[in-house]
Amino acid sequence: MNTAHIAPSSSDAQVSMAPMVEVRNVYKEFGTPPNAILVLRGIDLTVPKGSVTVLLGPSGSGKSTLLRCINELETITGGAIYVNGELLGYREDHQGRLHRLSDKQIAEQRSHVGMVFQRFNLFPHLTALQNVMLAPTLVHRAHRAEATIDALTQLGQVGLSDRADHYPSQLSGGQQQRVAIARALAMKPKLMLFDEPTSALDPELVGEVLAVMQNLAAQGMTMIIVTHEIGFARRVASQVVFMDGGVVVESGPPEILDNPMHPRFQQFLSHVT
Amino acid sequence: MAAKVPPPAVTPEGGGAPDNGFERGSGFTADSGAVFDNGAEPDTGAVLGSGVVLDSGNSVPNRIQAVTELRLGRIIAAAIALLVTALIIYQIAINQTFRWDLVWLYLRDIVVFRGILWTLLLTFGSMALAIVMAVVLALMRRSDNPVLRTIGGAYVFLFRGTPIYVQLVLWGLLSVLWPRISVGLPFGPEWFSFSTQDLITAFWAALLGLACNEAAYLSEIVRAGLDSVDAGQSEAAYALGLTKWQTLSRVVLPQAMRVIVPPTGNETISMLKTTSLVVAIPFTLDLFYATSAIGNRLYQPIPLLLIAAFWYLVLSSVLMLGQHMLERKFGRGIAVSG
Ligand SMILES: Nc1ncnc2c1ncn2[C@@H]1O[C@H](COP(=O)(O)OP(=O)(O)OP(=O)(O)O)[C@@H](O)[C@H]1O
Ligand SMILES: [Mg+2]
Repeated sequence: MNTAHIAPSSSDAQVSMAPMVEVRNVYKEFGTPPNAILVLRGIDLTVPKGSVTVLLGPSGSGKSTLLRCINELETITGGAIYVNGELLGYREDHQGRLHRLSDKQIAEQRSHVGMVFQRFNLFPHLTALQNVMLAPTLVHRAHRAEATIDALTQLGQVGLSDRADHYPSQLSGGQQQRVAIARALAMKPKLMLFDEPTSALDPELVGEVLAVMQNLAAQGMTMIIVTHEIGFARRVASQVVFMDGGVVVESGPPEILDNPMHPRFQQFLSHVT
Repeated sequence: MAAKVPPPAVTPEGGGAPDNGFERGSGFTADSGAVFDNGAEPDTGAVLGSGVVLDSGNSVPNRIQAVTELRLGRIIAAAIALLVTALIIYQIAINQTFRWDLVWLYLRDIVVFRGILWTLLLTFGSMALAIVMAVVLALMRRSDNPVLRTIGGAYVFLFRGTPIYVQLVLWGLLSVLWPRISVGLPFGPEWFSFSTQDLITAFWAALLGLACNEAAYLSEIVRAGLDSVDAGQSEAAYALGLTKWQTLSRVVLPQAMRVIVPPTGNETISMLKTTSLVVAIPFTLDLFYATSAIGNRLYQPIPLLLIAAFWYLVLSSVLMLGQHMLERKFGRGIAVSG
């Protein structure tokens, strides 16, 4: 961790109290100005440590884009994102000017945030075990033996100890997604992002992945989850955020799912459930 | 359902299939002799009726046994082709100028064997260098840095747009262009210098010339290979905290190999034959030059040409075998999931 880029007015005590994620007035446009499209239009979001935030919204509302910005797969056009008190992507100097971080520093920031994709994106040329071990050995320079033991533990956590030597193509969708979760967890992330982790799965396989995620939440992992599983949101979410057109339309405790205020949220929920 | 590996950008040429289909289709319609109703045939009818075939588990109980019709056109075509081939072989065999006795004598000459070794050294040396250069070029051309992109593009444009022979002659004349190569600061003081002729011998000129040319072609192959890997793969790697280089070397390139290896095998086989052009440098130890030199000395160029052709054929056959095995190796594990 590079303590040089912590939030402006923070002592160490405040850092530990700081929320895990702070998204401040974030804008994201794709393309260059005359033809740019504005996808995020001033997003504010606070994710306390150990909480589970469920992001809802219609297709194209910018949910994936927001997650990708939090993991720096996209660079934001305006605003700021802090993860664990650390500004993402930039170093702020004494005069408040921003300096872009190097690719290496950005990779270091990303290594603290795990991400699970809709399409799993397992590495097809590696076995389940090798998928889980790759990043710890490369990024943390973990010893092979330690990394193997740890990877097997992670695979055990998601119930796949017996599939360690299988290639992704030899696993079901639900098993692949669980390996993908184990792969992210092996980096000991502070925060986990899930982008529609069950949308590409056959219905009978959704449950096993949601169970792993619920277990993770129970262990106190901070998570931001984009999903259409409203029932899961009710059970697990500490906070529900409804986005539309690149803005947060409504947010609050999971009870707002039963009592949506905004007509667009009402309409969305009537379609989903 | 699983993460699908996209189809390779470089696809083998198809085109045989429609022809076959047409041929077979027309055969069935025009040919009333084919027997489809198995019951009418005494043999198959008996087998079908008795049901004894049931105990042989993997035999087809109603195998079609079409009567093979003699088609006059096919027979005539085959006969003509055979006749022409036989004539050519006969002419070659009886022509005294081929001097088969000399072919046999010099086929195993030590100079020829040395030539084979030099040719192999040039082939593999230049391919190895070209592969490294091609990866760098492909990365330059995919880079988001416009300077690197342009320079990479210009390199490929120049080296693909001019004949290899011309390039090799230029490499041979390097010491005329720059008699001394000096090491120092760019545009600044010079620390020490070498004579170009000593530093870049004919061998190195040949190797560099072949490699620089080949790199331009290979970079296209590498680029296609890199493009064939789903973008989600590098995103997943970046999300785990891997650097650009780690992502490339551990995630993207291994998967791109499936697309890169087969055409690179072809390029190697083609390089084996291209090395015969290094006479342009001139480099005088490779298989082709060695055999020509003997031929000129004996005033018998033709038998020595045959020897060269024979050995090139043997070497490319071995390379083809190697390519086949490499392809099988790299196809494994990365198979498209079901
Ligand atoms: N790389 C890109 N270039 C241009 N436009 C993009 C890019 N990525 C996303 N967009 C656009 O941004 C908008 C928001 O996309 P995003 O994927 O964030 O939506 P989403 O809420 O995740 O939708 P879905 O539920 O369909 O996944 C869409 O209109 C999309 O076309
Ligand atoms: Mg999305």
